[in-house]
Amino acid sequence: MSELLDLNLVEASEALKNKKISSLELTKAYLKSISDTSSLGAYLEIVEDKAISMAKESDKKLIDGTARPLEGIPIGIKDMFCTKDIKTTASSKILENFVPTYESTVTQNLWNDGAVILGKLSCDEFAMGSSNETAAKGYVINPWLKNKKMSPGGSSGGSAAAVAARSALAATGTDTGGSIRQPAAFCGITGLKPTYGRCSRWGIVAFSSSLDQAGPLTRTVSDAALMLNSMAGYDQKDSTSANLKMPDLMDYLEKGINGKKIGIPKEYTQDGISEDIVKFYEKSIDLLKDEGAEIIPVSLPHTKYALPAYYIIAPAEASSNLARYDGVRYGARQEASSLDEMYELTRGNGFGDEVKRRIMIGTYVLSSGYYDAYYLKAQKVRRLIKEDFENVYKQVDYILTPSTPTTSFELGKKQDPLTMYLNDIFTVPASLAGLPGISLPVGLDNSGLPIGIQLIANSFDEPGLINIARVLEKSAGFNFLADGAAK
Amino acid sequence: MNDTSTLKPGHIQGETGVWEMVIGLEIHAQISSKSKLFSGASASFGSEANRNVSLVDAAMPGMLPVINEFCVEQAVKTGLALNAKINNVSVFDRKNYFYADLPQGYQISQFTKPIVGEGEIIVDLDNGEQKKIGIERLHLEQDAGKSLHDQHPTKSYIDLNRTGVALMEIVSKPDIRSPQEAGAYVKKIRSILRYIGACDGNMEEGSLRADCNVSVRKSGEEFGTRCEIKNLNSIRFIIQAIQSEAERQVDILEEGGTIDQETRLFDTSTGETRSMRSKEDAHDYRYFPDPDLLPLEFTESWVKDIKEKLPELPDSLKKRLIRDFGITAYDSSILVEEKDYVDFYQQAANGRDGKLTANWMITELFGALKKDNLSFSESPITSENLGKLISLISNGTISGKIAKEVFSEMMKSKKSPSEIVKEKGLEQVSDDSEILKLIDQVISDNQDKVNEYLSGKDKLFGFFVGQVMKLSQGKANPGVVNKLLKEKLK
Repeated sequence: MSELLDLNLVEASEALKNKKISSLELTKAYLKSISDTSSLGAYLEIVEDKAISMAKESDKKLIDGTARPLEGIPIGIKDMFCTKDIKTTASSKILENFVPTYESTVTQNLWNDGAVILGKLSCDEFAMGSSNETAAKGYVINPWLKNKKMSPGGSSGGSAAAVAARSALAATGTDTGGSIRQPAAFCGITGLKPTYGRCSRWGIVAFSSSLDQAGPLTRTVSDAALMLNSMAGYDQKDSTSANLKMPDLMDYLEKGINGKKIGIPKEYTQDGISEDIVKFYEKSIDLLKDEGAEIIPVSLPHTKYALPAYYIIAPAEASSNLARYDGVRYGARQEASSLDEMYELTRGNGFGDEVKRRIMIGTYVLSSGYYDAYYLKAQKVRRLIKEDFENVYKQVDYILTPSTPTTSFELGKKQDPLTMYLNDIFTVPASLAGLPGISLPVGLDNSGLPIGIQLIANSFDEPGLINIARVLEKSAGFNFLADGAAK
Repeated sequence: MNDTSTLKPGHIQGETGVWEMVIGLEIHAQISSKSKLFSGASASFGSEANRNVSLVDAAMPGMLPVINEFCVEQAVKTGLALNAKINNVSVFDRKNYFYADLPQGYQISQFTKPIVGEGEIIVDLDNGEQKKIGIERLHLEQDAGKSLHDQHPTKSYIDLNRTGVALMEIVSKPDIRSPQEAGAYVKKIRSILRYIGACDGNMEEGSLRADCNVSVRKSGEEFGTRCEIKNLNSIRFIIQAIQSEAERQVDILEEGGTIDQETRLFDTSTGETRSMRSKEDAHDYRYFPDPDLLPLEFTESWVKDIKEKLPELPDSLKKRLIRDFGITAYDSSILVEEKDYVDFYQQAANGRDGKLTANWMITELFGALKKDNLSFSESPITSENLGKLISLISNGTISGKIAKEVFSEMMKSKKSPSEIVKEKGLEQVSDDSEILKLIDQVISDNQDKVNEYLSGKDKLFGFFVGQVMKLSQGKANPGVVNKLLKEKLK
């Protein structure tokens, strides 16, 4: 079994196509992993029968030579993606028994390319959180330092934990302010948030529509490239989806970066960032320099306003996006004697504290008399942050930053919301600017927890992002397996 | 002093003086589109409950709106027909509020940047005068669903068929000064919408409804505090509601009270308005740009193309009918009220006596349809047949009197007038010898009257004409009868 689990996505795909392994045995190995690592709590729903039948289907295609790019690859799906006939809850009690009659565009793209579904992965409730602790069914445990019960990060905590624990060969995530990159960093894997508009949002439970973007969580940069190849694409059903064809990212894995300019923003080295992370950040700079890149100090002057702006815009949109969970048409309804009371009880019982907090913040900042001071001002800040990046991309090709200010923290040690929000401080600016970013592991801190480094490229430059990330991945040579991973 | 009979419409005599009404209208016009504004579901009326509901309309998780381009085009067309500014960039906003028949928890509308800006139209008043009424804006928005509260003792039922249907909200400036002007304004807007095909204007089915903002003031003073009367679905109700609301406000002000800005409903059974919600209870809609939709952007040339394709509109048609057919302004304004009327008229009057055609259409045809309770589209008489009837009158084949007989037969049998005339032998007799025979008969039957006439009783001439016509069963040409009788009785 172990040899099967040792294969990353690209290797497994090769082995499948060369008929060294079958999708059925690979899928069964992962289903066993899921059960072996069930104490981590990564999966909300396991669809064993469906996985087996999809794997058999894939094996036929592999045999008759009609295999598609992800043929037979068993993956996990973040519970924010609506999956036809499979319970989709967004980790919320309010959707606890919701079974969509439709399939999200991104997951449909994956099935169309031959991927096999293993199940649905836990996340923070409605993707609001940075520790996976807001999930209605409880937290997910990071497979690293398993016995200490570390947070896998969030909101795509289940996805990151599953990939790190080898209970999924790859997983989908969604990233609004860092929800792919931060958990990837915490779990020692690769997480890619594409340019806003690259992947369709159709069928993904909406948190903050102007920021939400789907992306892959994988073991390697190559795996991420292969996954995103399938996930991305223009979709008429999403008006914000970009009508641009993405080049085959697999063509950008073995290119050098000689002469590429890499910006190091001075605003990203601040108090509160852990020493080990600074050390590996500096090491990464040196590695890229060794590969022939030119390192250029740059400034993104409005960075410090990114987090406050984000925590106005995202809750504002969320307060409106979550209004539909009212108990009228679907979801858990609390019976009551009046409509208003039904709303109060349904939403009061159905949403967790963090979601309620953001709904209230969002409602407040959009209210008459406060709109200009908060929402409108935040939108102006967003514009300035975008301009910061536009200016910097006149001088450089990529920006290199740490992914997070700290490595993973222990679960259950209740942090106040503001401290929790600081987790996203390095990922939020690129989200506000709609830029593609990737987090990849470059080392372990002194307690043995993975450290992630973030690369940010210009809009729709996913090929360039894959190129440089692959270079850094090779030179950093991160080659550790979590102690909680399936063997 | 209190002689109210001299008061102009829109004015109310109070103890303290004359009050003037100030009225602004918000018309909600449903766009004639097969599908909804942001989903592919059918927008048809009268389906079984919850049959025309897509995943988007039901606001299922992860569903996204996609703009229906046809609806955008209709809004631009309407803007152009209202002589209004087309905004080349406009934005959809979310209007947030909770209600059971609003699945998304917000209505997608346009708040700060509507698709159409200021414009103006000319309305025809009953006294023959015309008045310009300003248009403040036109924006696109979704309709809500329907709550049914009378189907179950403790529960409400929800029908989402209307949810997401495309509406245009056309907001007037507060330029309207009487209920009658308001009625004329709605009529004109309705007419324009029907001409360009943007809305079927069916008020009974709710395709066109109006909210009326009403306030009163003494002439020359600042505008008073207004109340909004919601959701009126007939011109008659609009007129009644405004009058009654203005009178209510005058009564309060005359007694030294103040008007509370509020939303009111018109009770059609009492003919009065009643409070729905006060300003304090008004929702804070928390408008913000809908992040699921891109701004609407048009090029000048796209707008120009639409403008070039606009059909001829009522104002210009009215002038043309007067010029080309020599009809009165009054007749012309009636004919241009509906595009169907004009089309019918132009076909019937083509190459014929325009005035005569207009008379027959407006007096006889409209009258007969009304009597038989038929809509214009159900008319048994086609434009072709009415035209033929006019020709038969004009060329003397039948008299006007016979024509009426033929007309009622046409209403009954849908046959062509020439067929009826032939079948019934109704051709007018103009032949001198034929008519002389009849005259001789009348003279010999009424020798005593002939003597009276000849001795100076001129009034009897009409009697002889009548007798001849009667004898001819109305078929004799009255002109010829007159001429020959005069000669005979010299």
